[in-house]
Amino acid sequence: MDTSTISANLQQILDEAGAPVIVFDKVQLAFDDKVVLRDLSFTLLKGHTKIILGASGSGKSTALKIITGLLKADAGIVWVNGQRVDQLSEEEMMAVRVDLGMIFQEGALFDSLTVRENVGYKLYEETDMALDEIDKRVEEVLGFIGLGEHIDKMPSELSGGQRRRVAIARAMAFKPRILLYDEATTGLDPITATTVDEEIIKLRDLENVSSIVVTHQLRDAFYVATHMARREANGQVHVVQATPEKEREAEFIMLKDGLIIFEGDADALRASRDPYIREFLS
Amino acid sequence: MFPLIERWLKHAAQEVQEYVFLTRRAFHGVFTRPIYRHDIVDQFDLIGAGSLTVVVLSGLFTGAALTSQSGLTLDQFGARPLVGRLVSASMIKELGPVLTALMLTGRIGSGIAAELGSMVVTDQINALRALGTDPVRKLVVPRLLAGLFMAPVLTVISDFIGIVGGWVVARFQLQVSTGVYWSSISKGLYMQDIWMGITKPFVFGFIIVTIACHVGLRTTGGTAGVGKSTTVSVVAGSVAVIAADFFVTQIFFALFY
Repeated sequence: MDTSTISANLQQILDEAGAPVIVFDKVQLAFDDKVVLRDLSFTLLKGHTKIILGASGSGKSTALKIITGLLKADAGIVWVNGQRVDQLSEEEMMAVRVDLGMIFQEGALFDSLTVRENVGYKLYEETDMALDEIDKRVEEVLGFIGLGEHIDKMPSELSGGQRRRVAIARAMAFKPRILLYDEATTGLDPITATTVDEEIIKLRDLENVSSIVVTHQLRDAFYVATHMARREANGQVHVVQATPEKEREAEFIMLKDGLIIFEGDADALRASRDPYIREFLS
Repeated sequence: MFPLIERWLKHAAQEVQEYVFLTRRAFHGVFTRPIYRHDIVDQFDLIGAGSLTVVVLSGLFTGAALTSQSGLTLDQFGARPLVGRLVSASMIKELGPVLTALMLTGRIGSGIAAELGSMVVTDQINALRALGTDPVRKLVVPRLLAGLFMAPVLTVISDFIGIVGGWVVARFQLQVSTGVYWSSISKGLYMQDIWMGITKPFVFGFIIVTIACHVGLRTTGGTAGVGKSTTVSVVAGSVAVIAADFFVTQIFFALFY
């Protein structure tokens, strides 16, 4: 069988609903004597959401950085979109990152670029798309997250919540199929945090983006897991209570000292009798 | 005591290794695609045109002060008319390249380290990588090219302005005629001197930019870390420029004089 057939078969598998888009298999990482991830294994299915909870320093953000290749695991296997990435070089990772978007803590917007340049960064710099097409896409994405009027502002002129939403717009502008949210709502007031949560939900349900949400904000974690976005006949989008089937597509992982101590849906998490989880949820 | 020395040596070896890796990747980036042309033009403007004022002023006053001092010394040997030769040789071979480089270290080295350091601590470098951009190609290569090519241009300007500053002092303070001053310069300059004066700033430009980029990209520890990186960049860059000046001079003396 030639490689093009393998690649076509792989693409076919990945295109199916519920295909595994990210697989962590016994991943370990330590910085000198400090072990960050001990033996992390989980699978993210296509169109689903994996919500990683845990206290600060439990290895949540590290897991995301390993997926994007910003950090290399010491041991274990990582698959992204059917490609084993744990041994790829920085140059080889560039091809994998085409389908990966990441939203960093605090947004990590480029402070010398305008909102338009930030959102369209990848399209302007790394693709051959025509400028007017890029501008159109940037306006479309900013319209989607409701920040169209801020297109020519600098990041320093935006509020914390607006910066996070611009970061989401930047990550979604090139239409990746996987989005990774690293503490996207930390430090935001509840109302602003809800607007960010709703963007996460809309991207998942309307754009069919698979996502991993890293947070220690329980309120946001449960909101994302228990709500869904629906487009009405008149084109308007509403975020409503999720159906039981939809709720099961959002899975929680609780990390403690680099190990998974819980994996399951929102109901199972609420029902857990583990003392650490009870304390975390209280 | 020994574990402390061992740790220091390991740290130093690691820094040198990372510096060499960065330099190698930067040179690879110069000759391979993608090339970020807008950033290259921006950096040429920022490092070249942006440093012009400070380089012109430092060159002017260095040449003037040097002429004033040299005039007094040459008087002891009745050689005041040779002041132009002394000033031009000193400016072109030593003071021009070294002082311009030190000015650039203060202005450019600190700026690069602070900018890249801030980008590191605010995750902008990781964001670049996550968006499929190699930070070395995007940030280091344009600065390296600008440092390599603008340092010599700025040095030539500094040399010329320094000699002009020397002429002002020679003419109006030392009462050396204009013709004597300029003919002394042309008689006292050799081709090797010019080559030395042009080669040094290439080396210095490379050193200043690569050290600043290396230090900036390895920043840790938040805003305090950015301040530390800026200081380290200026101190290490200045010492490296002065040390490199000695070695380049020795190489030129061994090969061409």
